[in-house]
Amino acid sequence: MSKPKLAVWKFASCDGCQLSLLDCEDELLDIVGAIDIAYFPEATRAELPGPYDVSLVEGSVTTPHDAARIQEIRKLSGTLITIGACATAGGIQALRNWADVDDFLSIVYAHPEYLDTLETSTPIADHVPVDFELRGCPISKVQLIEVISAFVQKRKPNVPGHSVCVECKLRGTSCVMVASAIPCLGPVTQAGCGAICPAFDRGCYGCFGPAESPNVIALGDWWKSLGIEDDDLVRALRTFNSYAPEFKEASATYER
Amino acid sequence: MSAEREIAVDYLARVEGEGAMYLRLKDDEVLDLQFKIFEPPRFFEAFLRGRRFQEAPDITARICGICPVAYQTSACNAMEHAADVILPAELLDLRRILYCGEWIESHGLHVYFLHAPDFLGYESGIAMAGDHPDRVKAGLRLKKLGNHIMTVLGGREIHPINVKVGGFYRTPATEELQALVPELEWALQAAIDTASWVAGFPFPEFERDYEYVAVRHPDRYGVEDGRIISNRGIDIAPEQWREVFEESHVAWSNALHAHVKERGSYHVGPMARYSLNFEQLTPLAQKAALDSGLGPTCSNPFRSIVVRAVEIVFAIEEILSIIDRYRRPAAPAVPVVADGRIGHGVSEAPRGILYHRYEIDDAGLISDAQIVPPTSQNQLSIEDDLRHFVPPHAHLEDKDLQWQLEQAIRNYDPCISCATHFLDLTVERET
Repeated sequence: MSKPKLAVWKFASCDGCQLSLLDCEDELLDIVGAIDIAYFPEATRAELPGPYDVSLVEGSVTTPHDAARIQEIRKLSGTLITIGACATAGGIQALRNWADVDDFLSIVYAHPEYLDTLETSTPIADHVPVDFELRGCPISKVQLIEVISAFVQKRKPNVPGHSVCVECKLRGTSCVMVASAIPCLGPVTQAGCGAICPAFDRGCYGCFGPAESPNVIALGDWWKSLGIEDDDLVRALRTFNSYAPEFKEASATYER
Repeated sequence: MSAEREIAVDYLARVEGEGAMYLRLKDDEVLDLQFKIFEPPRFFEAFLRGRRFQEAPDITARICGICPVAYQTSACNAMEHAADVILPAELLDLRRILYCGEWIESHGLHVYFLHAPDFLGYESGIAMAGDHPDRVKAGLRLKKLGNHIMTVLGGREIHPINVKVGGFYRTPATEELQALVPELEWALQAAIDTASWVAGFPFPEFERDYEYVAVRHPDRYGVEDGRIISNRGIDIAPEQWREVFEESHVAWSNALHAHVKERGSYHVGPMARYSLNFEQLTPLAQKAALDSGLGPTCSNPFRSIVVRAVEIVFAIEEILSIIDRYRRPAAPAVPVVADGRIGHGVSEAPRGILYHRYEIDDAGLISDAQIVPPTSQNQLSIEDDLRHFVPPHAHLEDKDLQWQLEQAIRNYDPCISCATHFLDLTVERET
């Protein structure tokens, strides 16, 4: 039986999530033993033509060219998995969705007419059907290997939707919000990072996006009781997953 | 016979981000050459406006998944300089360990996986692993150590969470750093072996007379902070950046080109640092360089792979010596108030100087941001290299010429994701 063909695609992003694959130093040679890396320009000049059994897509859609390209990639892909906050929620660059993109162009570039960009930065699932979304800014290597293994073994990936709070309990970190009055997005943020921030004495800043059924407003009330103002709540919810529906809606309620 | 031909690489491989190159030549004359960055713009400098100055390290880290610590550090430097705060020596030492960890990871990735395959004729590091399994495994182990150091200091290797304006959220206990020592000791010899291995690669005869620009620190090899110097007389503080350098916008690139005012292109990165600050390298790094056939300066960009290997030796030696004197600081951070100030920060990303400038309003919100990544500073230098490289190599067949030109671009370890605001290679020959 021939090995499944894997392709890795990039849209607007920092390259960090696809780098996570090369960061699997202990597993990389085993991964390439189980699958054929057919298209992965960050790692290889070699390109095998499609179709591809599985595509990993990093980045968000921000240009007319990319909006058309994702359609072609969908047609070439058996299973399409989006990796990271850009691909699953539009990324930090989705902050343009609340601004006038022409203003943004003129702030950064002397000749905005040289650029061709969309008004919005949107997740891949807004454009094509996606088979699995892997969250995080950046994604977790452990979850990435789990998702690739699940695909090879033709089973459902085991990626929990519960909140970061569960991970704090699992690693024995006391609650930074209760014990130290540090504002934390952990109660509304999906697990996966290993609850790193509270273990380093800081509040979670939501880089894995909303957990299943988060009660963001209840958490907002708690933050306010710690003296956090509305505009800082808006900023906290509008970072790397600002365009995820639960964070987007909650941030709107705090906007003056 | 006079034939005009065109070489186009639509999507350059083994670089970070999306870039292309287009070359049109007639015989050995270059008619047109463009090094294009088509990575979509993400507008960091625009959406930073209205954010709290304390948010800049975490937000700007997202410009680059390969060198987030560089972004976090230049941002912190800018805010701390704005507030006239100088960090205690122990906190600066920790920042230097974290940064050296990023150098080990990024240089390890480039030397073994992005650049060595060019010299040995493989499409990728993974393909190279079939014939050179022990080398590739050593490369993976070095890279893993770099990532592990970033995880111990920063919480994770990509977009570390422990960097804060004024220091850190939590400092490591002495034992946490001591635990790194055995692997660092293995790595020191592995890095020296790497330098002697890559020194034996076949290098094209190609020398250039660059203006090298790098960070210089009075006491140590420039990494996490310092002044900006060049081999043609620049010696400025970071706040004078705009007096000496400027950025321009060309139609074929989504990255701005930086140049020295009234002079033109310059070169940042490992070769610049090495050539300007050789005498500040650690002893074993200097020895590894000289044993690898490098002089105290290097002007063949293809040999940058040797310089990167030497800088891995340096980074490991440096971390070992800091761990040796480390005492856990009394507090993980010092207070920084940058309201109503303007701040400038530089540091040496693995691929060269990264400059940040922020204006902060009286409420502590960023009102203006400028970020100049290393690859946008090297863009003109890369194009100059290609223009000089093509005429003596124009006799090569298109596919061989194309591969060598790609290699010439990869000499810079260009990070296109950073610079956008880069590679497809097209060569066109006219008939």
